[in-house]
Amino acid sequence: MTVHSTSPQFKQNAARALKDGQLQKALGNVKQGFIDKRRMAADKLPEFESLRDSARDIKNHTLEHLDLYLEAYEEKVQASGGHVHFARDAQEARDIILAICREAGAKTVTKGKSMISEEIEINRHLEANGIRPVETDLGEYIIQLRGELPSHIIAPAVHLNATQVEQDFRRVHTHLDAKRDLSEPVQLLTEARAVLRERFLAADVGITGANFLVAETGTSIIVTNEGNGDLTQILPKTHIVLASIEKIVPTLEDASQLLRVLARSATGQEISVYTTFSTGPRRSADADGPENYHVVLIDNGRSSMLGTSFEEMLRCIRCGACMNHCPVYHAVGGHAYGWVYPGPMGAVLTPSLIGVDQAGHLPNASTFCGRCESVCPVRIPLPKLMRHWREREFERHLTPATVRSGLRFWGFFAKRPALYRLATRAAMATLGFMGRQRGRFTWLPLAKGWTKYRDFPAPQGETFQARWQRERKGRAA
Amino acid sequence: MSPPPNSKPRVGLFVTCLVDLMRPSVGFAAVKLLEDAGCIVEAPVQTCCGQPAYNSGDRGTTRDLAMRLIDTFHGFDYVVAPSGSCAGMIKAHYPELFEEDPNWRAKADALAAKTFELTSFLVDVLGVTSVEATFDGAVTYHDSCSGLRELGLKSQPRRLLASVEGLTLVEMNDSDVCCGFGGTFAVKYSDISGAIVDAKAKNIEAAQAPTLLAGDLGCLMNMAGKLSRDGKPVQVRHVAEVLAGMTEEPPIGAARAEASSKGRS
Repeated sequence: MTVHSTSPQFKQNAARALKDGQLQKALGNVKQGFIDKRRMAADKLPEFESLRDSARDIKNHTLEHLDLYLEAYEEKVQASGGHVHFARDAQEARDIILAICREAGAKTVTKGKSMISEEIEINRHLEANGIRPVETDLGEYIIQLRGELPSHIIAPAVHLNATQVEQDFRRVHTHLDAKRDLSEPVQLLTEARAVLRERFLAADVGITGANFLVAETGTSIIVTNEGNGDLTQILPKTHIVLASIEKIVPTLEDASQLLRVLARSATGQEISVYTTFSTGPRRSADADGPENYHVVLIDNGRSSMLGTSFEEMLRCIRCGACMNHCPVYHAVGGHAYGWVYPGPMGAVLTPSLIGVDQAGHLPNASTFCGRCESVCPVRIPLPKLMRHWREREFERHLTPATVRSGLRFWGFFAKRPALYRLATRAAMATLGFMGRQRGRFTWLPLAKGWTKYRDFPAPQGETFQARWQRERKGRAA
Repeated sequence: MSPPPNSKPRVGLFVTCLVDLMRPSVGFAAVKLLEDAGCIVEAPVQTCCGQPAYNSGDRGTTRDLAMRLIDTFHGFDYVVAPSGSCAGMIKAHYPELFEEDPNWRAKADALAAKTFELTSFLVDVLGVTSVEATFDGAVTYHDSCSGLRELGLKSQPRRLLASVEGLTLVEMNDSDVCCGFGGTFAVKYSDISGAIVDAKAKNIEAAQAPTLLAGDLGCLMNMAGKLSRDGKPVQVRHVAEVLAGMTEEPPIGAARAEASSKGRS
């Protein structure tokens, strides 16, 4: 499969992002809003920490018996009159979806927000086959107009400001009065609603993702704040649910527990505005609903994570808390990561899905500050998993040669204490002497990365161990 | 494992590479604090805990260095380091290195159980509530990530600082947010690290305290280097220096000559 990714150019992407004043301003909003709201929501719920434990346990249990629950889910969907399709990879998923759309005679397909649909690049595929996909989540709609990827898994257009959106709307909504006032965000919202309303009514197929799939009932659950997901799945004749296999949970009770940590971790809400359950096609007594109900279960690399240390990553419920709390994400934003999933969860998941040779920078570009792990609702040890990727890279000799030789050089001395003492003593005496006047270096050989942004404080000169030996010997005598 | 109640605990000081090489005065401040608290302190010949190799994915070298350190320190009642990051390496990560080697795993577990960061050891283990020190002026405190999140360090340094005569603590915004150091990250991803420490420096400056303290020399060198590059007159020290009342040495990154003449501005 061809993956369109700029992850190998992470450093260049990051450098560009750091110089983008508009982006930097937009990222300031992530820093403040999400963090405070999550903290308040968590503080208000005394059992929040124990809910995180049970959320982790539910997911672990499910992953241990994934085959069993997938089969149970499939049976329930079929019993309710729906169809389940298994797709091993993105190409199979695209073929299945296109075939369903063709069978429905689809010209327009509306879409609820779905990260897996970004992963399989379904929009590109539908367009190439003469079908018009329309994103209906406001953020997704905006980035679709711009031909961009989401920069955040729950706030896809968080990198943009209202002026940019206004320009896009004027560029695309040419049927509207060119002199209309769009200076207020609410005017942008109203315009998007009106335009999207027509698309909802015209759509032949609606595609949604799934936050959870419930094995005991064959239900798919989506959480939204705009209600677009409901219109996407209720109005068209055909509803397709796209979900990766790890979205399964055993029971409605399990789903309820996970919902309690999801919204709080994501946006600080107790629960999202809409939590929508759908089970099979419309029944004879139902007032509305689709005539055809399809679920496409996509593996695309997940099953190969089972049974490895990366299995823990499959607990992820896509709340975005890790990126909301990540200093690296705050600095460079989501697009720098170069593929669908940014931030700490992307730094672990992306190498699993597109290869560590492609996405090797991502798990390295972390200070291991651990703030992501400290807020993860399902307690994924993200820094540990990033480190595991670094180990894989080291084993496969993907680590840059300069880093390898630097490590070898340092390791040689660190394993030989006597030599280490001798060498460091001489080096620090020299550096200490050279830096004596100013107390710092503004430039040092081999430390350009450091001195580009900050001075290097000079050492005091004598090492601790040298002075300790000298003084203790004196004391003993 | 713990010593009989009436004998003095024998503490092995794991001085850490950066303190050993860059700022030995922090090590001597730690020695004073430990001795004042009634410990017998020794500093056996040592090198590195292996964290740079560990975080670079080189598990083999890490294990070699860990085994060496375990052998060096196994005879002490306690092992104390003036660093949350290096103590965290031993406490939180050494056991994981030997998952498939029950013999070494047991040794790693034993060492992890008796290893502590300095302020945590003083407060949580020895029950120290105050220190004999004076410091004139306001300080702000940065919570280094490993200590904060791996070892739960937050109240311990503040509790001891509260007992320093003449010292007031002014909290900065986001004191618990990373300074952007991250070991080799600061060099490998210098642009990003530079942006993160820029945000940190702004928070430090906004706190308007003349002195910045923290418990990890890596973070301190990063922040001190940034503050001096930007011409900010904040003095930067390791918390142990202030707690031990040993602030004769110039602050981190300050010149020897100007230190004595230049007061706190």
